[in-house]
Formats: sequence, structure tokens, C-alpha cells
Amino acid sequence: MRNLLVYLKRYKKETALAPLFKMLEASFELLIPLVMAQIIDRGIAQEDRGLIFQMCLIMISLGIIGLVCSITAQYFAAKAAVGFSAELKHSLFDHIQSLSFSEIDTIGTSTLITRMTSDVNQVQSGVNLVLRLFLRSPFIVLGAMVMAFTIDVKAAMVFAVTIPLLCVVVFGIMLISMPLYKKVQTLLDKILGITRENLTGARVVRAFNKEETEIERFMEGNESLTKMQMFVGRISALMNPVTYIIINGAAAALIWTGAWQVENGHITQGEVVALVNYMSQILVELIKLANLIITVTKAFACANRIEAVFETKPGLASASGSMPDEKMEPEEAVSFEHVSLIYQNAGEESLTDIHFKVRKGQTVGIIGGTGSGKSSIVHLIPRFYDAAAGSVKVNGIDVKEYPLEELREKIGMVMQKAVLFQGTVRENLLWGKEDATEEEMWRALEISQAKEFVETKEGKLDARIAQGGKNLSGGQKQRLTIARALIRKPQILILDDSASALDFATDAKLRKALREMEKELTVFIVSQRASSIQYADIIIVMDDGRIAGTGTHKELLENCGVYREIYDSQFQKEGRGQ
Amino acid sequence: MSGRNRKKEIFWKVMGYIRRYWVYLGVSIFMAAITVALTLYVPVLTGDAIDLIIDKGLVDFQGIMDILVKMAITVGATAAAQWLMNVCNNKMTYGIVRDIRDEAFRKVEKLPLKYIDSHSYGEVVSRVIADVDQFADGLLMGFTQLFTGVVTILGTLAVMLTIHLGITAVVVCITPVSFLVANFIAKKTYHMFKLQSETRGEQTAFIDEMVGNQRVVQAFGYEDKAMGRFDEINGRLQECSLKAIFFSSITNPATRFVNSLVYTGVGITGALLAIQGKISVGTLSCLLTYANQYTKPFNEISGVITELQNALACAGRIFELIEEEPQVPDAEDALELKDVKGNVALKDVSFSYVPDKKLIQGFHLQVKPGQRVAIVGPTGCGKTTIINLLMRFYDVDKGSIQVEGTDIRQITRKSLRTSYGMVLQETWLKAGTVRDNIAMGKPDASQEEIIAAAKAAHAHSFIKRMPKGYDTVITEDGGNLSQGQKQLLCITRVMLCQPDMLILDEATSSIDTRTELKIQNAFAKLMENRTSFIVAHRLSTIQEADIILVMKDGNIIEQGNHESLLAEDGFYAELYHSQFAC
Repeated sequence: MRNLLVYLKRYKKETALAPLFKMLEASFELLIPLVMAQIIDRGIAQEDRGLIFQMCLIMISLGIIGLVCSITAQYFAAKAAVGFSAELKHSLFDHIQSLSFSEIDTIGTSTLITRMTSDVNQVQSGVNLVLRLFLRSPFIVLGAMVMAFTIDVKAAMVFAVTIPLLCVVVFGIMLISMPLYKKVQTLLDKILGITRENLTGARVVRAFNKEETEIERFMEGNESLTKMQMFVGRISALMNPVTYIIINGAAAALIWTGAWQVENGHITQGEVVALVNYMSQILVELIKLANLIITVTKAFACANRIEAVFETKPGLASASGSMPDEKMEPEEAVSFEHVSLIYQNAGEESLTDIHFKVRKGQTVGIIGGTGSGKSSIVHLIPRFYDAAAGSVKVNGIDVKEYPLEELREKIGMVMQKAVLFQGTVRENLLWGKEDATEEEMWRALEISQAKEFVETKEGKLDARIAQGGKNLSGGQKQRLTIARALIRKPQILILDDSASALDFATDAKLRKALREMEKELTVFIVSQRASSIQYADIIIVMDDGRIAGTGTHKELLENCGVYREIYDSQFQKEGRGQ
Repeated sequence: MSGRNRKKEIFWKVMGYIRRYWVYLGVSIFMAAITVALTLYVPVLTGDAIDLIIDKGLVDFQGIMDILVKMAITVGATAAAQWLMNVCNNKMTYGIVRDIRDEAFRKVEKLPLKYIDSHSYGEVVSRVIADVDQFADGLLMGFTQLFTGVVTILGTLAVMLTIHLGITAVVVCITPVSFLVANFIAKKTYHMFKLQSETRGEQTAFIDEMVGNQRVVQAFGYEDKAMGRFDEINGRLQECSLKAIFFSSITNPATRFVNSLVYTGVGITGALLAIQGKISVGTLSCLLTYANQYTKPFNEISGVITELQNALACAGRIFELIEEEPQVPDAEDALELKDVKGNVALKDVSFSYVPDKKLIQGFHLQVKPGQRVAIVGPTGCGKTTIINLLMRFYDVDKGSIQVEGTDIRQITRKSLRTSYGMVLQETWLKAGTVRDNIAMGKPDASQEEIIAAAKAAHAHSFIKRMPKGYDTVITEDGGNLSQGQKQLLCITRVMLCQPDMLILDEATSSIDTRTELKIQNAFAKLMENRTSFIVAHRLSTIQEADIILVMKDGNIIEQGNHESLLAEDGFYAELYHSQFAC
């Protein structure tokens, strides 16, 4: 929590003023028992009606001043809390965007989202409450004690004993229940996971007749959650009765000592009433505090979760400063020099000693088995991950020397999973190039074989795309993502198994269109289909994280066993028919 | 009007759940009454004690002692009753929540797939988790605060009346003002809160999209623009949140001001009465305490009522899910499917997902034991529909599907589904160990059987390389595995079951062709003498099928074997040639 407080910095004034006004209000509230004591001791005892009315006017004006102070405090508190959460969300979003893929993979997308939304909201209400009440309550408690001392030192000693005792109880219960609330959250996460799983896997669960087992599993998780909640509940349930006993015990002690002090002529009857009133004010504040503690405890737990995100430092540092000077007309568009890659949390190398060079304008095909490292290679080019050893160079310069933005601007990337964003076709294409003209858009759509179906859509470029592109087929989505990459006229185009949802005819047309494009484009095609990469200038064959062979289709057929096996597996029988 | 009825309906349903805990409820109410009564008695005692402390030399210590002893007993009893009440409320609330959650989840398992397919997972999950949670919070708060609040108000009023009529009248006249003020503010702020939650929803959706697709965002260098759009929404949210929070937070000071008016009112009338000697100073002190106690619940109740309304709204969303029409239950006289040889027949089958969009119509198919049926066609042509029907994830609209001569609607779902082994394109693994996931269809499988199945599916070697082998824990959605590895595990799962019939829906689409070739051998062995249905877009994997169904736009347009279809020179032939032309 403490580290998050920096986000209050811009709201220093509000943060200071809110509790200040709150305390001002509380001070006026503290005066009321004194005024009442005046009414009893002087007004009633001396039958002075004028004084009683006077005192009542004072009480009402104290109330009005209190109201004004309080509203002012609420305003400042709300402003600070809302401002705080806005700043926090801004930084959090910024931070998440700076994280590299390995960190996002480790934390998990869905938790990141809950942390940015519901956790921040919880912290916001926590801050708001703390500013408004957490300072007010201790102030009233302490203030009541101080006022008691001004009345009579001996009687006030009761306060001096009671208040520390109350602090111990309140904070003790808070300290005990805080970690338990965290446990509740974890258990809740667990049954959330089970529910999600059973929705995404409804078909499999039913196919294997696992409904009953899953229900049992859920009920088990639910039961332990309930038990934990009840356990925490039982502890928090102690708060009210215990504080009640302490306060009333103190009130009794107060009456007893008060009686002695009156007997000895140190104080008056009215002052005893005032003392008892102060004690009941403390009780009221404590009950409020007890109800708040749950909110604050939750806020603390959420703040910790948010901090955990901030503590995850981005593993990739973008080179600061300006673009490195690119050599004039370097020969190689991309070169890998003895590169190896280890993913976070994975012991083994995913890529080992990858070494190859690609000249400008060449088409590179990368083929290999599942998990052989095909995608890993192309992910290194836009520097999604950093190589563990060796170096990756674009235009003859190590990718680590580029500012990330500059580097990624040169690359058009089409991912395995076709992702589109809510909006129109046009808006999605503009991701690739902010100021693309209509003509450029159609040209890109034409190359990506998407022109035909976009033309049939209502509104054409302005046709709506639902969240996640739900209203498009897999093939249509892929073609649009390809268009999005092409529109920026990249120097390097990477197709990461991105034609898998296309039927073979469209796939072939797409490759033909790409070949006919401007000469400068260097293309990487990652695929499992030999037919997709067979005509590439260089084919890289991957096997278990290593390069098993490089060369043209013909060369590889002759001297690369792995390639031959792949090719034969796809063209074994029908291949001969061609 | 119907909205009000719905609210009533929900309320009674909640009461239905509460009924199971009537003992706790009874104890809780009883204890609440005791707590309130005793709490109200304490100020009387205090007042009496004060009346015994009149002035110097006029203090009745014996009398005070008696009163203090009474006070100690009362306070002790109050605390005990309070604790008991809290515990009962806790037990009741969390018990009800557990019951509702269990029931909701049970319903999730019984929902027709149509519901699951057409609703976003997040929505259902949020009903089972977040809504129930909100409901619990509201319920607990309602029980503990509304309850004691109302009893306190009534109790205080009663006691005050016995003490003094005039002062009570003053209190009764002024307090409703705080209620009115609270209500007025709540009404005024309602649309501010609505705007806030809408903006919040917009922001969440945006975060979901951007964070969920960070790869694309980063690849296209969209970070700055995303930040800009985020800040724009964030700024709007900040503005409307400030309004909503500030204006609603006026309630508290305003009602507190009304309270101080009440306090003053009691003070002034009380003091005047005391001068006339109609009440003692002790009684005045006691009345002042009551005035404080009486107004306090009013402040809380307005908060509690919004909370309760929110809870009822959440309960409504949960009940909507719980009351969702479940899938048609198995017929009472449904048969257990036994001795499956693999005779499957589709007779005059018609089916569509949406009534006005016709899909499959009048479809006939006769599959003999051991035959292989391949379903081909371009992406999105409805190949998976056939599987949905065979597994009875969906029911046919017309005609019938028969296994071994019996309509599958006359067969228990369990026995029908056990007779099929299914591997889907969308791999699905649950959080748990590799072993748990493989043994899903056969929980009592031995280690040897599991390893043998894994070897057959060519999964053994990669499983062995995982940190803890077969005991490695797979995270939700199999996050730590590649798509291909996930598919291999799903195949292993079916290999272990040795089912009577097979359904393979693009089962090898994410697996490289070399491994696929090896798995094909294992599949071929598995398919021997077993009726199997194979969906694929790779023609090479289906050439050997006995029957090939060619689908386009949801319809079956061609049917035959590889040779006859090529000879037909229709859509299949076109597909086939396009695959190998470059």
C-alpha cells in the first residue's frame, strides 16, 4: 500500500485538507457534551432559561459549521480518491504495456484485467474511507480523552486505560483477519477457475460424463470457501461484543470514580454526564470503525495485488536515445548469429545455436514439428523476447540497439491467432498505418485476398467488427490481419502460421500476390504445410529447437532427412499424382 | 409493475433458501431482540446512577454499587447475545450462499449447449462468482444492520414513550427529515451512478481488449495510442466518479446534521422540563443517549436499503441462471447402450441453430460397423454440426439418429457418450496434473495403461521431459503447454478409453505432419473395426475413408468415396485439386 501512495502526490492539497476538515468537524462535535454540561449545571441548576436557549443556539450553529466542514471534507476526499485511482490506473496500464510477453505470460491476462479494474476500485474506496473516517475516528477517540482530561484528571485516567485496550482489540482483530481475507480471495479464485473451465470445456466434460465429478469438485472448493468465510466471520463477529464490554466497563468505572470526585467536590453532576457522553461517543466511532475495517482490509489486500504487478519489472529495456545509424544498403535484412533462447520458467533452451542470414527481398520458409521452435525464431525479430545468447540483427544492427518502436515499425507481423478489435474494418486496418488512404487499404485487402468478402459486407470498409471478430469466420479474420500487417508497407513481413485457416486455394493465391509485391519486402513464412513454403528462397527446417537444415526445396529434399520426412508425410500418395 | 412483481418473486425465492436455516434465523432474531432490549436498558441504569450523584456529600455509593452490578450483568449478557447473533447471521448467510452457488454450478452442468454456446463465459462466471458475492455482502449487512436497526428504532421509541411523551414527540417529528434528505440525495445521484458504471464498463472492455491482445498491441507499436484512448476514458470516468461519489457522500453529513438538531431539540425541551422539575437530570442524560441511539440506525438504514436492493438485483441475475431451461432430461425408460458394434444411422435429419436459417435438411446416412466417415468442406461450413448431433449436444429438429437401431433420444446420454471417444479441435485441459487429465475418462487406469496410451499418442516423450513428468500440474487452460502438446494429451485421453466409436474433429490440426503421420498409425489401429467420424481439412488424412461427406454452407452437397467423388468432378474434386496446385 505504501508504495502506491505516490499516486496521491498530485492531490497533496486534497489529501491534507480532507482529514483536516474532518477533524475540524469532529472538534465541533466534541464541544457538544461540554455545552450540554453547561445546560445541566448552569441552565437547569440556576433555572436560567435564557442560557439554555443561548446554549441551544450554540449547538445548532456548531451543527451547521460541522455540516459545512464535513461536506468540504467529503469533496476533497472524493477528489483525492478518484484522482488517485485515475493516476494509478494510468500508471498500471502504462506498466502493463511495457511488460514483455514473458512477464505477461507468467502473470496471466485475466488476473491483470481484474487487478486493473476491481482491485483498483477497492483501493479507491479504501482511500476515500481512510481520508474521511480513519483519521476522524482516532481523532474523536483521542479528542474525547483530551476533553475528559480538561474536565477532571482522575476520572480521565479511565480513558487513558480504555483507549489503548481498545486499540489492541481493534488492531489485533484486523491483523488476524487480514491474511484470512487473502485466503478467502484465493479460494474464490479457485472456484472461479472451476466454473470457467466447465464452461469452456462443456463438450469434453459431457463427452466423458464428468458432470457429477465436476460438481463434486466444485462443491468441495465451495465448501472450503464457505468454511473459511465462516471462520473469518466468527473472528470479526467478536469485534462488536468485545468493544461493547470494554466501553461499558469503562462507563461504569467512570461513574464510580465520578461519584467519588463529586463527593469530594472536584466536579459537578453535569460534568459526570459529559464524561459519560464522551465515552458513548467513542463507542459510536468504534462501531463505525469496525464496519469500515472490512473495507479497509480488502483494500489492503487488493493494493498488495496491484503492487505485485508493479514489482514485475519489464525484462526488455528499449534502447534509449535515437535510432542507430543504419548502414547504407546493408546486404542482410535479418541475420541470426548463434542465437539461443530460454523462456522464463522453462529450464531447457527452446532455441539452440540458430545461425542464418537473409538478404533483402528474400522469402524465407520456416518449417518443423510442433514445438520445434518455429514461432520462437520469428518472435525474436521484433524483439518480443530477448535472446539468451548470440544476437539477432535487423539491417545489420542488433535489435537491442533499436528503440523498440522503431524496430517494430519496420515489421509487419501476422500472428498465429487472428486478433481483431471491436470497431470497423477501417479502424482495424488503421492499426497498421495511422494515415493510410482508402486506396492503400483496398490494395492491402486485395493482396491479402480479403477484398472480395469485404466488398460484400454492408458498409464495406465501415462494416462493424464485433469484439474479438466474432462475426467473421476464421479465414476472414486471418486475411484481415494479414491486410493490417501489409498496409504499413513493412520491410519485413512475418506470417506466423497465419494461413492455417485458409483453404489451400486461397493460401496459394495469397502467396502468389505476395511474390508479386515490391521487391524490397523480406517475407518470413512459418508453416506446417510443405506446400506453403516450398517455393521460398531459403527454407529453414527446425527440429527440437535446432536447425536441421537450410537451403532450397530441392537441396533439402536431397540432403535433409527431416525435411524429406515432412514432405513425404504430406505428399506421400497424392504427391505422386501431381 | 412487472418489475415490482419480479422483485417480490425474487424476495420469496430468497426466503425459500433462508427457510433451511430457520433455526439460525430464529435464534438470530431472538438474540437481536435481547441485544436491543438490554442495550436500551443500559442508559436507564446510567441515568439512575447519575441521579444518585447529586453534589458534594450527596452521593449514594451503596445505590451506585447496586446499579453498577446490574450494569455489568446487562452488558455481559448483551455482548453474549450480540456475538451469538453475529455468528448465526454468518452461518446463515454463508450457508445460503454456498447452497445457491452449488445449485448454480449444478445448473451449469445441465445447461443445454445451445445456452453455453450463445452466452459469453465471462457473463456466466460473473453470475456464479461476483453476483453471488455481492448478494452475500448485501444479505449479511441486511441481516446484521437492518434487523437490529429496525428493532432499535422501535425499542427506543417505546422506552422513550414510557419516560416522557413530549420529548418523544420532538424526536419523532425531527428524525424523518434525515430520511427524506437521504432519499432525496439517493434519487438525485442515481443517474450519476449509472453513468459511472457505464463508463466503468467501457473502460473494462477496453482493458480487456488491449491487455488481452498485448502481442498485437506491441507488434504494431500501438502502445501510445492505446494509452491515449485509455486516458480519454479514464478522464471521463474520473469526472463522473467524482460527481457520483461526492454527491452521494453528502448524505452522511446531512443526516448527521439532522441528528444534531434532534439532540438539540431533546436538550432544550428536556432542560426546560427539568427546570419545571418534571424530569431529573439523570433522565435527561438517559434521553440524550436515546436520541443518539435512535437516529443512528436511520443513517444506516438508507445505506442498507440500497445495499439490499443491489443484493436483490444480483439474486435476480443468479436465479435467471438457475431457472434457465435445462437440457431435456433422459427419458424415464431410456436404455443403456450395450454391445455397440457401430451401426449408426441418420434418417431424414433436419437441423438448424436458428429457426430462420436452415442448415441440414432431410439428411440420410447409413454407417455400418467399422466404417470410416470423413466430413470435408471449407472453413465454417458446419462440419462440427454433425458431431454436435451425434453426441447429442444438440437435438435434431426432425427425423432421428439411431445407434444400433435405437433412437438416441431413447438412450441415456451417459451410455451414448461413453460409447464415443472424441477429440476436438479446441483442446481442453483442466487445472490438475497431466495424469488427471489423461485419466479423465478412466479414473481407475493404472500407470502402465496411462504410459501405454501416451506412447501410442506420441505424448510420452514430451511428458517425460516435463518437470515432474506425469505429475506436472497443468495450469488453467493448459497455459504452460503448446497447442500441439495439448492436442496430444487430448488424444492420449481417448487412446486410454478405447471407446467403441470415434469422433475426431480436426484432431491433428495443430500437430506437425511428421508427428501426425505417426499418430495416424496409432489412430488407424484404434479405428480398426470401430466406426469413426473424422472431420478434417487436410484431404490426405481422409482419402481412405469409406464414406466422404462434402459440406458447404451447412449442407451436405456430395457423398461417396474418394474415387467416386473425384469421378463426379464436383466440389470435392475442386477442393482436392486446389490443395495440391500451387
